Amino acid sequence: MFKSLMTWVDDRFPATKMWNEHLAEYYAPKNFNFWYFFGSLALLVLVIQIVSGIFLTMHYKPDGAMAFASVEYIMRDVPYGWLIRYIHSTGATAFFVVVYLHMFRGLMYGSFKKPRELVWLFGMFIYLALMAEAFMGYLLPWGQMSFWGAQVIISLFGALPIIGEPLTLWIRGDYVISDATLNRFFALHVIALPIVLLGLVVAHIIALHEVGSNNPEGVEIKKNKDENGIPLDGIPFHPYYSVKDIVGVIVFLMFFSLVLFFAPEGGGYLLEHANFIPSDPLKTPEHIAPVWYFTPFYAILRAVPDKLLGVIAMGLSIVVLFLLPWIDQCKVKSIRYRGMSFKVLLVAFVISFVALGWLGMQPATPVLTMLAQIFSAIYFGFFIALYFTSKNENTKPVPERITK
Amino acid sequence: MKQLLSVILLTFSGLVMASGGGVHLDHAPGDLTDNESLKRGAQAFADNCLSCHAADYMRYNRIGRDLGWTDVEVSEKLINTRGADGEKTKVGELMKIAMDNEYAGTAFGTKIPGLTVIARARGGDWLYTYLRTFYLDDSRPTGMNNLVFADVGMPHVLWEKQGLQKAVFKTEKGADGNDKHVFEKMEMIQAGTMSVEEYDAYVGDLVNFMVYMGEPVQLERRSMGVYVLIFLFVFAIVAYFMKKEYWKDVH
Repeated sequence: MFKSLMTWVDDRFPATKMWNEHLAEYYAPKNFNFWYFFGSLALLVLVIQIVSGIFLTMHYKPDGAMAFASVEYIMRDVPYGWLIRYIHSTGATAFFVVVYLHMFRGLMYGSFKKPRELVWLFGMFIYLALMAEAFMGYLLPWGQMSFWGAQVIISLFGALPIIGEPLTLWIRGDYVISDATLNRFFALHVIALPIVLLGLVVAHIIALHEVGSNNPEGVEIKKNKDENGIPLDGIPFHPYYSVKDIVGVIVFLMFFSLVLFFAPEGGGYLLEHANFIPSDPLKTPEHIAPVWYFTPFYAILRAVPDKLLGVIAMGLSIVVLFLLPWIDQCKVKSIRYRGMSFKVLLVAFVISFVALGWLGMQPATPVLTMLAQIFSAIYFGFFIALYFTSKNENTKPVPERITK
Repeated sequence: MKQLLSVILLTFSGLVMASGGGVHLDHAPGDLTDNESLKRGAQAFADNCLSCHAADYMRYNRIGRDLGWTDVEVSEKLINTRGADGEKTKVGELMKIAMDNEYAGTAFGTKIPGLTVIARARGGDWLYTYLRTFYLDDSRPTGMNNLVFADVGMPHVLWEKQGLQKAVFKTEKGADGNDKHVFEKMEMIQAGTMSVEEYDAYVGDLVNFMVYMGEPVQLERRSMGVYVLIFLFVFAIVAYFMKKEYWKDVH
């Protein structure tokens, strides 16, 4: 019965073909470790955000006079509205946690290197779209931090010569953040950017499945195939990695639930205290800081004394990530077989990123600004040093096959 | 590596402490499972706050439902307003007030903030300290100032209960070498109708209620979280053994 139905469908739509290509006969290296959970987890969080977002949209009012109250309405009067809202707000943070770990994995094992440059580029565009999505979503609760955070970030565009001021006006649709801004950010947050994100995720996965997955050894499993053309060190994604990823999903959901049910405010870092005060264009909060996932770039922005140069530095700090496949010229992929220089640089890069993230949350004092300058220099220094050292790195021999 | 990291973190945390400051906040004695405290706090809120401050994301009967009052009790204890038609405000309505913003602006020089989620913005400890540290200050229009909210527009509504107190400041050398005014202690000038302990308990109940009102679902959220985690834990064990079974043949 099911078989004949599938035949009927397959004659008209490549359902079985797609299932096999992407799951049942997609051969993944058998040695994926902990770091390989975060791709599928990112997909899970995307689904969580879309579903919870749909339910929030049913009750939220994108109106300057009603937005704040409608969020509290969701928290109080909508049955389990609080749960949906916390799922969405916790999900935003979870998305960035998972994506940062996913990106770090790529960095560590050289997953961005030939032939996976496009996988990396699509991924970077996903990251960019995600930042825009999160930024616009954060305006919607219409609290003080929503308002002033958006005010600060949009005013950055004003630093650009000539087009700056008209550009900020065009983004806001008004001279200040207002109802017009809220409405368009809502439209972009719930329609435009999710469509872009979904399209990019599809492209990311198609590109990955075209070239095949990298692995902690950095060995190309497609080089060694058996008589049927199946990689000797590969195992079908389904069922092996689908059952493995379920374990990852549950462990992830446990951490997710710990935040969601026991600390949804995240100590004021996930839902900021000032955001429980309705937006007020006449009262600037004492301390404006972006949400944690933007703070490394915000710290770089503030580290540069000149506003325009600061904006350029911040832009470059993200652009440079796109160029990674061409900056890192080492033929060896995995950190396991790379030289000492790469290991040292990567550790310095991670420290600088975390330190900048922390500095971006603090008020700018002279000492902290100096620290931000040092860590910004290390951040950019990583890419410059990598460019010059990666060509002639003292690497170890890479095995032919996956043995461990 | 780990040592280096902890050194960096320690240095940073020291810097934050140095750059922080502000007034010491007393710890609010709140307990959300103490229903009687919440009921007393709700009564105190309706009696003292709800004439000038709205709590207009909260409905009266939600309080009744959560704390165990019938609709009739809620109406008798908490509702003091009437609608435009002269009918007494119904228990299903939001906790609004009669005063409009324009009048408030003239009378107090500022918009009067709604209090539904104020505990989430300020924190219970801040509210607890704020409501107990009004002191006499002739330079202010209300004759009172506040230790944690300098030059606040709000008069000391609870002065009859607390009494009137004077703040004693001492002069200290600051870290920058300049003299600084530092708060030392409060001196009671005129006793109120409550003792210090009674007043602290009264404000404690009020703040406890405000913390509840900021997020009425807090207790339910936590208890649901426990069940979710137990479920996930059991599911994790099953999933782990399923993975192990499937992966037996991978070498």
